[in-house]
Amino acid sequence: MITSTCKNLTFATIEAGAGLKRALELGQAGIIREVTDSGIKGRGGAGFPSGVKWNLCAAAKDPQKYIVCNADEGEPGTFKDRIILTTYAGLVFEGMTIAAAAVNAPKGILYLRGEYTYLREQLEAELQALRDDGKLGENACGKKGFTFDIEIRMGSGAYVCGEETALIESLEGHRGEPRNRPPYPVNTGFDGHPTAVNNVETLAWISCILNKGSDWFRQHGTEKSTGLKLFSVSGDCDMPGVYELPLGITVDQLLAEVGGSNAKAVQIGGASGRCVPGSQFDRKIAYEDIPTGGSVIVFGPGRDMLDVAQNFLEFMVEESCGQCTPCRYGNPTLLEGVEMLRNGRCSAGYLKELVSLGESVQISSKCGLGQSSANAFLSIIEHFKEEIMGRTVDAV
Amino acid sequence: MTLMTQQERLRGELESLVAQYGTARNALMPILQEVQRKYYRIDDYAIQVIADLLDIHPVEVHSVVSFYSFLDFKPKGRFVVRLCQTLCCEMADKDRVARQLSNDLGIEFGQTTPDGKFTLEYANCIGMCDQGPALLVNDKVHTRVTPEMVNQIIESCRQVFGLHATQPMEH
Repeated sequence: MITSTCKNLTFATIEAGAGLKRALELGQAGIIREVTDSGIKGRGGAGFPSGVKWNLCAAAKDPQKYIVCNADEGEPGTFKDRIILTTYAGLVFEGMTIAAAAVNAPKGILYLRGEYTYLREQLEAELQALRDDGKLGENACGKKGFTFDIEIRMGSGAYVCGEETALIESLEGHRGEPRNRPPYPVNTGFDGHPTAVNNVETLAWISCILNKGSDWFRQHGTEKSTGLKLFSVSGDCDMPGVYELPLGITVDQLLAEVGGSNAKAVQIGGASGRCVPGSQFDRKIAYEDIPTGGSVIVFGPGRDMLDVAQNFLEFMVEESCGQCTPCRYGNPTLLEGVEMLRNGRCSAGYLKELVSLGESVQISSKCGLGQSSANAFLSIIEHFKEEIMGRTVDAV
Repeated sequence: MTLMTQQERLRGELESLVAQYGTARNALMPILQEVQRKYYRIDDYAIQVIADLLDIHPVEVHSVVSFYSFLDFKPKGRFVVRLCQTLCCEMADKDRVARQLSNDLGIEFGQTTPDGKFTLEYANCIGMCDQGPALLVNDKVHTRVTPEMVNQIIESCRQVFGLHATQPMEH
């Protein structure tokens, strides 16, 4: 198996099953209180408080509920979930079982992206071992009346399926087109039943939280962004890989850690994230400042930022589900604009129009993909006008 | 002994897949994924039979197949080579690997070799951003690929066919 560099992860120090054991002692309300107290927010990037999500799902009146683990890690620059599933899948399955106990769901589904099919065999084997051990199935973990099992479902190469309602559509056998929210999956999810969708990393952290306590988790991070977070670092730095760092860390601090101090810019949050220029490296990576699912791409002094904008827009054009107009038509138009800039054929007036179009795409798209699809373009235009405008060389 | 047509064989296979996954709509993706894996495509006949078995309109199935980049109407090669084209692999010089793949296979991206053995495609981010350029050959991942390594990767696939094989082999 191809491994990435990752050192000193908390996950490596966690005793298997300890969090789950304590969770079952705490009971439904106790688990939700512990998760809420920890302040943990969704590690996939959207940052919804997990405790609130579970509380809503637990309150929904329906005997059939689902726990879905979102392992459709498709954000460019993100690979932390691959590492977690390769090495610490046990913590993820434990987190799913804790979620099941919290909301009273008999069934869990791990939605694994098609690109990670090579992980499936090992994950199935781990699930089987858990079943053989009595941790999954009827009267799971030796608790009478607690039934929970996990099934793996595969994606088929669609980035948008990382959006929770698109993921559910895909599970149901439809095109991966996001739904309007509300209703939220916690009320109307998979096959119409209440469904808690959590990111791989969130579930793994929740196992740790139940094990070590919410106070331990709160010791790290900031008031609004509690805890530790895994960062997937790539691009122009000496030591790319997965890093565990507290939220609230500044871009500068992170760059020093990964050997990327001479960077001219950093893309935080992948194609749907923002490009942070050197002048803003004192900003914090946290939900209240620069939010992220953990993707950090470092750009060295020699990088052409227009290449970056173009690559991300090409990505969005291909991955847009095509359902709503702003995203479907807006992004190709922005991409054409990048071509014009590249050829030095874009007037300042038209560039303004493009920025305005990008902002329209942000506010008028239906789902998270559309709403964030112009982020990279807009932030690059904002911070790198000098290198982007008035080009004289035809690069193509 | 009776001779089975290919369609009869496919129908039998689909029936057993439906027996395994059920007739609910949510069984559609796993069924389609199996068909794609075994037959390297999902043709009109398969679409019709699946629709009949799940009691939905074939257009529903067609629409799902058209949406996902890993599901195809047209036959794919026995080996699908997917080179990551997203930023980090791009920054790691994936263009040179792309050129070499194209040269060594004798096809452009988006094409399948005439013998049906290889399909060459781009993929969006495959989660190997710290080890680019990266590519998938079916489900197997290769990282830090250099133009030099391309030949070796392709040759290791070719060995599966044997010296005189004219037909892509079953799994």
